[in-house]
Amino acid sequence: MLNYLSVAIMPLIVFSIITYGLMKKVSIFDSFTKGAKDGLETTFRILPSLVALVTAVSMLRASGFIDFLCNLMTPFLDFIGFPKELVPLSLMRPISGSGALAVIDEILKTHGADTFIGRCASVMAGSTETTFYTLAVYLGSVGITNSRHTVRSALCADLTAMIVSVIIVKLIFY
Amino acid sequence: MLNYIWGGMMLISIVFGAVSGNLQSVASEIMNGAKEGVNVALSLVGVMCLWSGIMEIASKSGFTKFFGYLLRPVTKILFPKLKADSEAMNAIVMNMTANMLGMSNAATPLGIKAVKELHKLNPGNVASDDICMFIVINTASIQLIPSTVLALRQSVNSANMFEIIFPVWIVSLAAITAGVIMCKGVRKGA
Repeated sequence: MLNYLSVAIMPLIVFSIITYGLMKKVSIFDSFTKGAKDGLETTFRILPSLVALVTAVSMLRASGFIDFLCNLMTPFLDFIGFPKELVPLSLMRPISGSGALAVIDEILKTHGADTFIGRCASVMAGSTETTFYTLAVYLGSVGITNSRHTVRSALCADLTAMIVSVIIVKLIFY
Repeated sequence: MLNYIWGGMMLISIVFGAVSGNLQSVASEIMNGAKEGVNVALSLVGVMCLWSGIMEIASKSGFTKFFGYLLRPVTKILFPKLKADSEAMNAIVMNMTANMLGMSNAATPLGIKAVKELHKLNPGNVASDDICMFIVINTASIQLIPSTVLALRQSVNSANMFEIIFPVWIVSLAAITAGVIMCKGVRKGA
């Protein structure tokens, strides 16, 4: 049932948007291609930072540093039941969108998408944002210097997402 | 900040690689990683085009406005002091809609507009309750379709790439709830 809902939502949204577009007599094909062109530009805009960060992540993995860091934290992580393979993603996700992409790609390639780690990483990445970027853009846009409880609350939400991701994947898939 | 993070990652991997005897693999990853970066971008191109195209139809046809209408009750709870027909509330609703539909290109300018409108109501360099709340909601993700993650899962041949969508919703909801509670609960320094 849950699985069916997950599969059905994307076709459902596409169906609704196209039906609505036809009803409103929008030239949907032209709109689609115009939007797709924007999507293309966006992807190529992030390509340089992807090259930079994927290279850095691959090098860090190859040097053994990521494993070293994860092993260092193992006793603590085992204690709270958090998979150590997800530590690099948890650290990168709030800081850089391209960096997080690089890390998830690495995780999915190493562990596979349909494994416990792969599922946790996917859920975690899908349910969080690049928190520090968002904070910088919005606070900066109006020159706010005293953000009061904003940063704390945002990080609390991130931490919740990371922990709940693991719990939910355990509950639903295992 | 990325200057130090990226620089640090590059330098640490070379130094640590040399110390731990993995320098050869580090060296080959310098070349490989660059190629891999392009591969990641390429694996995203299709979905990015498709989804941006669909979303362009959504905004042209007014579907996003309709969707925003459905969000009104939620925004009333989150921003009880804002008038329902104010410019600020309008921008907030449009921003949340764009976020939910995964239109991140559209969401950021709408979000900046919302923050500017909220700032007009409460000028100065201190964030108002509503600005805090708005930013916290934006730092937590509320995407209905996590299209980027789906594309990456597809690129590694996932047997069911969609199976994570429902879990993503639950986790997003939990994260937002935590952020909102934190926001409403620990207001201080105003």
